[in-house]
Amino acid sequence: MLEIKDLHATVADKPILKGLSLTVNAGEVHAIMGPNGAGKSTLSYVLGGRPGYEVTGGSVRFAGEDLLAMDPHERAAAGLFLGFQYPVEIPGVSNVQFLREALNSQRKLRGQEPLSGGEFLKLAKDKAALLRLDMDMLKRHVNVGFSGGEKKRAEMVQMGILDPKLAILDETDSGLDIDALRVVGEGINAIMRAPDKAVLLITHYQRLLEYVKPDYVHILSGGRIVKTGGPDLALALEREGYDAVMADA
Amino acid sequence: MPEAGALPTRKDEAWRYAAVEALRGVDLDAWRTIDVAAGENFREWLVIAEQPETREGTDLRRLRVTIGEGARCELFAVIAAELYARVEIEVTLDRGAHFEFGGVTVGGRDTVREFVTRVIHAEPEATSNQTVRSVHWGQGIGNFLGNIEVARHAQKTDAAQSFKGLLLEKGASVNAVPQLEIFADDVKCAHGATVGQLDEQAAFYMAARGLSPEATRRLLVQAFIGDAFVALGDEEARERLMQVALDKLDQHL
Repeated sequence: MLEIKDLHATVADKPILKGLSLTVNAGEVHAIMGPNGAGKSTLSYVLGGRPGYEVTGGSVRFAGEDLLAMDPHERAAAGLFLGFQYPVEIPGVSNVQFLREALNSQRKLRGQEPLSGGEFLKLAKDKAALLRLDMDMLKRHVNVGFSGGEKKRAEMVQMGILDPKLAILDETDSGLDIDALRVVGEGINAIMRAPDKAVLLITHYQRLLEYVKPDYVHILSGGRIVKTGGPDLALALEREGYDAVMADA
Repeated sequence: MPEAGALPTRKDEAWRYAAVEALRGVDLDAWRTIDVAAGENFREWLVIAEQPETREGTDLRRLRVTIGEGARCELFAVIAAELYARVEIEVTLDRGAHFEFGGVTVGGRDTVREFVTRVIHAEPEATSNQTVRSVHWGQGIGNFLGNIEVARHAQKTDAAQSFKGLLLEKGASVNAVPQLEIFADDVKCAHGATVGQLDEQAAFYMAARGLSPEATRRLLVQAFIGDAFVALGDEEARERLMQVALDKLDQHL
């Protein structure tokens, strides 16, 4: 589904990704862990196509297409979902209007008919219930006045509504208490655990991985994947720290 | 006030950013009068856009409004013209009266679009609220010159003025000139002015959810100018004004 080969990228002319390679197949959950400054968020922004993140080498194929040749909104329509570490507040725009326009823009690019207002609201209600987010929150402006936990749950409701093929979730677990963590973890499983979907979890901690069991765990350091293992690698990191585990690499 | 037939000069503060040359042949003395009687409510909205009758020339609208004791006057306006357009409003408030104004200027070319208001709190306990939003591109210019005058005995006056400019391209500009002349001592007068560009973070967030650059810009502009119409209770009118502004933006996109 996602094939990253020898990816190099710079931010403000500073090299951050330095030859990163990673393959994610349909049906798999991958976790990327790594120390601060390793390039984790840069990877998610480069894959999302954020302006200012410049690819200087390598290739990324997504669902058989050249991901890097697409504009950010085309990547979304192709089935890529980027979960933000810090979801952005948009005063004056309601969640319902934002998500309905976003979904229908995606459908249009895919040659599908738009959803009617009624169809959309039913879908939104289902997904909000799944993440135990009050439907009234979706009538409010995008993320405005939401707590950290509410923003992350709202991100997962967005993911449920947009129904992507691949979700790249950048520290979706940060800022969540234990209960919210479980709700979000179960939400990820319900929405994304399917043979034709995949998840790339970017996280600092093992705790989200207790709910969303990864098939592979990668350590990102210095702009490259330096070690890959199974779920036990995350446990070893939690126990021994990055320095000790990477020393074995 | 310039003599009949003579053009105003840009040395005059109220015409400082005006396209005065474009006023040649325009009747400067044509003031429309609105008197809102004590206790009454008055609401009106106006659109200055590409209508056949305004296409050929400058559009100057001058309104002189008096609001009686305890009365309420609400005015809303969109200037989306291709040629110089100016809406000038002079308001005098009696005791306990309220004046609400929401204005939007939108457009490109090298056109000047402006609101000039003079709000006179002549008696105590009156309130006024003015919200102006300007969205421009090309070499378009949006102006808001807002004077608030509070008479010496007009205690408990509460007057607010907010201006925000959104510049979609380099070359566009806005001018905000708030002027407060306050002779009473127990009053609240708030004014704020900001100028900015589209929020890049919000734009990427929206793109990452699948919105095209055009749809993103439209939605953010809609949210931006929505402030000017929040106080307009008539939903149909609100949508009509919003539509005029967004149609203008769509021509540009």
